[in-house]
Amino acid sequence: MKVSIQGIGLLAAGLEGWGASRAVLAGIEPFAPVAVRDPDATLLPPNERRRSSDCVRWAVQVAQEAIVQSGLNPRDVPTVFASSGGEMGVLDTLCRSLATPERVISPTLFHQSVHNTASGYWSIATTCQQSATALSCYDDSFAAGLLEAVILACAEQRPVLLVAYDLVVPAPLNEARPITTGFAVAFVLAPPSDGSLAALHLRLDEVRQDEPTSMQGSALDRIRQDNPAARSLPLLSAIAAGVSQTVRLSLLDSQQLVLDLDPCLH
Amino acid sequence: MPPNIQPMMPLSLTAYTLVTANGRGLGPVLQALRERRSALKPCDFEDVTLKTYIGRAEGLEDFSIGNELERFDCRNNRLAWLGLQQDGFMVAVAEAKQRYGAHRIAVVMGTSTSGILETEHAYQARDLAGSLPAWYTSRYRYTHNMFSLSHFVQACLGVRGPAMVISTACSSSAKVFATADRLLRAGLCDAAIVGGVDSLCLTTLYGFSALQLLSTSPCRPCDVDRDGLSLGEAAGFALLESSERVSRRGAVALLGYGESSDGYHMSHPHPEGAGAARAIRDALARASLQPSDIDYVNLHGTATRANDAVEDKAVSNIFGRTTPCSSTKGWTGHTLGAAGITEALISVLCLKHGFLPGTLNCERIDPTLHSHILRDNDVRPVRRILSNIFGFGGNNCSLILGTLR
Repeated sequence: MKVSIQGIGLLAAGLEGWGASRAVLAGIEPFAPVAVRDPDATLLPPNERRRSSDCVRWAVQVAQEAIVQSGLNPRDVPTVFASSGGEMGVLDTLCRSLATPERVISPTLFHQSVHNTASGYWSIATTCQQSATALSCYDDSFAAGLLEAVILACAEQRPVLLVAYDLVVPAPLNEARPITTGFAVAFVLAPPSDGSLAALHLRLDEVRQDEPTSMQGSALDRIRQDNPAARSLPLLSAIAAGVSQTVRLSLLDSQQLVLDLDPCLH
Repeated sequence: MPPNIQPMMPLSLTAYTLVTANGRGLGPVLQALRERRSALKPCDFEDVTLKTYIGRAEGLEDFSIGNELERFDCRNNRLAWLGLQQDGFMVAVAEAKQRYGAHRIAVVMGTSTSGILETEHAYQARDLAGSLPAWYTSRYRYTHNMFSLSHFVQACLGVRGPAMVISTACSSSAKVFATADRLLRAGLCDAAIVGGVDSLCLTTLYGFSALQLLSTSPCRPCDVDRDGLSLGEAAGFALLESSERVSRRGAVALLGYGESSDGYHMSHPHPEGAGAARAIRDALARASLQPSDIDYVNLHGTATRANDAVEDKAVSNIFGRTTPCSSTKGWTGHTLGAAGITEALISVLCLKHGFLPGTLNCERIDPTLHSHILRDNDVRPVRRILSNIFGFGGNNCSLILGTLR
């Protein structure tokens, strides 16, 4: 299956925006992480933004960046949102309240606890009525999301927005799921065309000898291993380097997504 | 035809199984439908004191998942386990493994809350330092994490194809059919096990209560005095294969699906039902059918004021006033992320046994509804059914199931 990459959004410490991060990802500039400030996510109406969760603002921020690059109208683009645990911060607050004798929870907090919260806020902010999917595949959620987005783009021959995110898990939930760095990434994937950032050929392979692709720098590879959404880093790095390359992403213990990447000349 | 929608090749449901509060397996569910026996009872879940009715699956407290699958043990996976044992489903999957190989069988499950009840219990059991108990932290991945359900189903069935969990609130286990179709079309698998499981937990009981959407009586879909939903729990599974490979006359198949968003509000439906209408039209287009080809519409019909009114707008705009419609939530309660598979399989029972379930608990049909709402069961041949499922985030999915000719 072949798609072209029409836009990328990125947000993590030291990787604030695709444009600003290319040189770091290509290994030209050093990786120098600094704490990420609360994303603007300007597409969210102010009242929606005010009550939105961190996941929503991170996801909308990267989705917005990728869509703007693609030049597409977000109302025309179906979406796939991938996250291992979704709204872990909201779930922490909710479970704390449910552990009190009163068990009083706010209606807003409840509707924000679903796995498709970010997806819903994106559809509402863009008044998009296209298909929206939210999924999980534990540590391989990015690979599963990429698979779903590519088969959707190929089946319907139209662009698809993929957003993957997992944020820092608060205590005490981090004892069960330690994720210590936030990471959000978005791709606009479309049927093959000229003038894109890269062409991607995807296939599914049985696990053989080849390990999943890791990152060159140890700091970036630690992030890749820490955060399921950051499993996208080798793909981002290959696109930034602008050379033909094969990236292997693990999809469960039994399979791998094999991504053959070709840079496109503008 | 809507843009980008290609007619689809029907997918045969070569095996399927369902557990709801009405019983374990298709037989008891069919019997309850025919006898118009609701499973909704006053809430007796754990120590919950809410004044509401629930559809609780019997016996989940009486066993645990043991041996090498022990780490998966939680209410949601116990319900999944019960579901997998019914209706010869595991035998059918074993046969499919023989035909295709374990790595060629995908697992796509839907759930909204997965095993969150474990996390709720763990928070109640925090120690003085605020730490979570070790029995919980080591098993989060296998119980509460959203992927746990597909992981568990893969482990139970010994299949190794692509797997994921779709979690789009109530539409989750309807959308699994769409993802399975794409995986099959892309040649990434030869068969797909789809389904969904959602189980009772404090989050949804107190959450829907906070939204003032829980009825104090058994839910009354489409009734003029309806005042909210009743929560239920269910597990359902279906084995999907290309109808070209396993086609036989009279087999039931997925003929079409449509997915859409409202783009309007997180927990209120679009006032004109625009997203719902889009999902229905896309499903018809994929099935290459006209509205008049549909014999019965299984409504989402949650019995909230807003859902039933808005769904009626979308349905009556497309189907007019003659196509029979009903909601089966009065039997099962709203099984949330399992509602898609529950109602798809109830639709299959209608196709196989030639009957339509009238809307249980609907005493007086809301006169402002324009669709042809069935109150009483009807016995008649049924060839094609459309099933609607709508969820939080304005996430919609419609499925069309039918009998192959």
